[in-house]
Amino acid sequence: MNTPFRAPGHGRVDRDTTLSFTFDGTAYTGHPGDTLASALLANGVHHVADSIRYGRPRGVLAAGAEEPNALVQIEAPFPEPMLTATTVELYDGLVARGLSGRGRLSGEPDTARYDTMHAHCDLLVVGAGPAGLATTLAAARAGVRVILVDELPQPGGSLLGSQERIDGAPATRWVGTVLAELDDCADVRVLQRTTAFGHYDDGLVLALEKRTDHLGAAAPAHVSRQRIWRIRAQQVVYATGAHERPVAFDNNDRPGIMLAGSARTYLNRFGVLPGRQAVVFTTNDSAYPAALELAGAGTRIAAVIDAREEVPEHWRTACAERGIGIRAGHVVTGTSGIERVTRAHVAPFRQGRLGGRQGIGCDLLLVSGGWNPAVALFSQARGTLRYDGGIGAFVPAHAPDGVRTAGSAGGAFTLSGALADGVDAARQALSALGRTGGTIAVPTTAPLPDGAPTRVLWRVPSPQDGHDGQDGSKQFVDLQRDATVSDVLRATGAGLRSVEHVKRYTTIGTAHDQGRTSGVMASGIVAESLGVDVADLGPTRFRPPAVPVAFAALAGRNRGELFDPVRVTALHPWHVEHGALFEDVGQWKRPWYYPRAGETTDEAVLRECRAARTGVAMMDGSTLGKINVRGPDAGILLDRLYTNLMSTLKVGRIRYGVMCGVDGMVIDDGTVIRVAEEEFLLTTTTGNAAGILEWMEEWLQTEWPGLRVHLTSVTEHWVTIPLVGPRSRDVLALAAPGLDVGNDAFPFMSWQDTTVAGVPARVCRISFSGELAYEINVPAWYGITVWKALHTAGSAFGITPYGTETMHVLRAEKAYPIVGQDTDGTVTPQDLGMSWAVSKKKPDFVGKRSFTRAENRREDRKQLVALLPADEQVLLPEGAQIIATSSIPEPPVPMLGHVTSSYRSDALRRTFALALVRSGTRRIGETLYVPLDGRTVPVTVTDPVLFDKEGTRRDG
Amino acid sequence: MTVETPARFSPLSGWQDRFAQLPTGLRVRELPFLTQLTLRVEPGSAAAKAVEDCLGIILPGPLRAGSPGDVEVLWTGPDEWLLVAPDGRQDDLLARLRSAIGDDFATVTDVSAQRTTLALSGPLVRTVLAQGCALDLDPRVTPAGSCLTTLLAQAPVTLVVREEEPSGVRLLVRSSFASYLATWLLDACTEYRSDTGGRGWDGR
Repeated sequence: MNTPFRAPGHGRVDRDTTLSFTFDGTAYTGHPGDTLASALLANGVHHVADSIRYGRPRGVLAAGAEEPNALVQIEAPFPEPMLTATTVELYDGLVARGLSGRGRLSGEPDTARYDTMHAHCDLLVVGAGPAGLATTLAAARAGVRVILVDELPQPGGSLLGSQERIDGAPATRWVGTVLAELDDCADVRVLQRTTAFGHYDDGLVLALEKRTDHLGAAAPAHVSRQRIWRIRAQQVVYATGAHERPVAFDNNDRPGIMLAGSARTYLNRFGVLPGRQAVVFTTNDSAYPAALELAGAGTRIAAVIDAREEVPEHWRTACAERGIGIRAGHVVTGTSGIERVTRAHVAPFRQGRLGGRQGIGCDLLLVSGGWNPAVALFSQARGTLRYDGGIGAFVPAHAPDGVRTAGSAGGAFTLSGALADGVDAARQALSALGRTGGTIAVPTTAPLPDGAPTRVLWRVPSPQDGHDGQDGSKQFVDLQRDATVSDVLRATGAGLRSVEHVKRYTTIGTAHDQGRTSGVMASGIVAESLGVDVADLGPTRFRPPAVPVAFAALAGRNRGELFDPVRVTALHPWHVEHGALFEDVGQWKRPWYYPRAGETTDEAVLRECRAARTGVAMMDGSTLGKINVRGPDAGILLDRLYTNLMSTLKVGRIRYGVMCGVDGMVIDDGTVIRVAEEEFLLTTTTGNAAGILEWMEEWLQTEWPGLRVHLTSVTEHWVTIPLVGPRSRDVLALAAPGLDVGNDAFPFMSWQDTTVAGVPARVCRISFSGELAYEINVPAWYGITVWKALHTAGSAFGITPYGTETMHVLRAEKAYPIVGQDTDGTVTPQDLGMSWAVSKKKPDFVGKRSFTRAENRREDRKQLVALLPADEQVLLPEGAQIIATSSIPEPPVPMLGHVTSSYRSDALRRTFALALVRSGTRRIGETLYVPLDGRTVPVTVTDPVLFDKEGTRRDG
Repeated sequence: MTVETPARFSPLSGWQDRFAQLPTGLRVRELPFLTQLTLRVEPGSAAAKAVEDCLGIILPGPLRAGSPGDVEVLWTGPDEWLLVAPDGRQDDLLARLRSAIGDDFATVTDVSAQRTTLALSGPLVRTVLAQGCALDLDPRVTPAGSCLTTLLAQAPVTLVVREEEPSGVRLLVRSSFASYLATWLLDACTEYRSDTGGRGWDGR
């Protein structure tokens, strides 16, 4: 295939296989092992997209995750925005286009699987370059559990992009040997294509594994596309390498301008020549191998422009042998070209002054401004950093317990240094683990001649700089954000002194690449501008995620039916079978109502209500929280937690109770039955079951540990079936032939143990509707059997199953509040008209003192009342506000309260509502107004109990 | 008229067919209707000793389960254990324990229908659980006899590593969460289904 920039004899791509892909509508080919970026460069494509603010052509600056420019949108096989071309592995059929900073989310649901895996290890090593491999091997030999994660498809890190040698052979041979040994260790797990992106407390590291992205349309559907690894590590070694940084000069953003080390990677890893004629601009030694290796592969190096006066002799000699000229003490001041760099402008730069400029033609300008250790994760782990003026970068200073760096992440930039540092990191980690052994000999490398120090240079003066200031408007710092040196100077000129403030003012470092190529440079320019030391400014803070992570990956399998646990009762299958619609109550699915064919919601609910008030009806009340309270001091505990007296309750009897917080506000209500002298069983509202148990345990364990009482949740042991209505007694008599259901033998607010449908049951006479009613409790296994038996026994009476909607209507007609609906944490029992439930006799209980606060005694508190709309068909929305006047006055409108519950009533043959209204009790009889749809609805305030005020119905 | 035993149903009684389709590396079955009693007692107290003598056991310490006889004792809190016994033992055990405790202070509560039990076995157990359990289930860290109350995916569970079955794990889950958990387990096995080779995908 005709890929003109593929260098024969170089690279690790599989040239025997050809992959087809499309970029910006043009078909190209590449090979397995390519990234999208390397394949584009092999085809001579540098211009990937235009910049977001200025629309300037931009190319590929780097070869990895630090890439600021080359954002692409994948269109096929599945749309995915905002990926860097340098990290997208090429696959057959890939369709992509360049992005100007903004991508497009797919309109189609993503059907790929994403999942999560928890893992644990003694040592986590991040990065499989020379240092990380040395660490891993040494630790593996000590027999500890090791996980090695690495972002590339294969191990080796920087070795894949160099021509270095280890133990006298190409370094990749050493990599293969190490990997083979690791493969044989049962306790070593190597995860490629896996990027650690967050370090959290207690050694928790999150990593993203891209499992099948590289397969494109061939990815198997049953395998998760991406996986979040949640790794808990005792020791972590960050062998994350270093990122090369550019230098700011005029028009430093054109396609064809590339980091020198990245060009080296394109040659050695991908077999790609990024250009035919290159100018190399450097401030340090590291660009020389790049220049020499590219020259060896066929790129003409027009000149090496070294900002330093002193260039080591061995580089001078090597360049001379290749016929490469070096211009020491020179800089690149600018470039020409539109779609691609065509010329580098070069000038002497001494004592801070530029000399005369000269243009050098090129289609590739390599830049090296030095190297920044990749310390993002180390810093997230609360490792501190210090500025190293020798290399112009922030390096690890103090490592927190259990965390360290190895290799160039810690500033050991040479291969021999990285290997030795990797072995040393393993030794320290093993020592911290209390393990011995695991030392390996440091692999040997060719001795390096002495180098010369880096010249720290953030910005080359612009030839446009004048007496009135510096012109950095074409000197780009953050290429993705299109932020320039001028933007930085504008920020410092506006008085900003902190790099964090400058970051937010300029947006430098806030793009997908987290400022890997721009952050330190920005700190340097700020420091120069303010005349302070970079060391005093520091870098901006590193935060997770260190690389972009899709929400789909974070969600994992918590999607669809697994999004949130769906809790169901033992009766759920019956409800489904009988056409119930369900209401979500917390995590529970509760039957809402059971519509018959052709019925509307209103019709169904009115029918269910009618059945409960005139015949018999049944519901699933199993979700009520149930707490068994047992022990000699059980009564004392309940007396302290309920507002009313519980210890006087007789065995066999039931009492309604209210619980308040210490502020005297209602937090829950329910019934308490006395099972035995030392045993009570209380119920809580469905949504509060866990919360009330915790509330009670907290008081018991922290305040009253001396009380001899134990709490046990029994919520799900029981199925609870309220049997409601004037004919409920008849139905129960049929289902429980051994039970005397007469009113004298089985009075209101009492309970009996009996047998219902052959099942041992506890039957309570409790009513949440005002009607004659029973609650039948059986062990949950028997729930369906008993429910069906009751349903059969009731068929002659037209027994009707009902759901939560009808339950709400029935209780509201009787003004029984629902905690959390008619209350909101600011409502006292007195506000609810329940002074009767607040003991005057008890010396103390939780909330009692607050009842004497002046605020709690105000007569104009909001109190629970009922509202009857003048128009009997108008259903007020729950949450509607209540005002005093028929026309809405100018804002601020005085609000008297709000509607908490609102229903259509079959029994009342009209709509009604419950509401919390300021001075509500005093306003009974008044007309108030509810703004609704641009008008106001007149409503009459009434006593909240609207149905059977005298309570004549509860005994049937 | 014959007196029929009333029918009872465990939370996962309808799931056998789906469990049967799990990959060969993971066997899941529900152990329905086990007797389960919550015991609350101060460790080391006279009441605790009475319970131990009555059951012929030592109450296991934190994160441990013990099962010398047919009553398995699971530690679930500093003063709380779950006693697990075969179907139908609750009345007998409650009576014996309450009699043994006498006037000392300890409480025993029948919670048999509160949870159901899943028995998991096979080489894939730990891999599948690792998708939703944050705890380290490596046998060196969590050996047989471990008893952990934790989250599996988003469901609270008590996880017991069994002594007698290699790779055997019991999950005790609240009845209302059982179908969620079963759905999750089935989904977690997608990658290992028999029709896909039955082994995890190594991506190479």
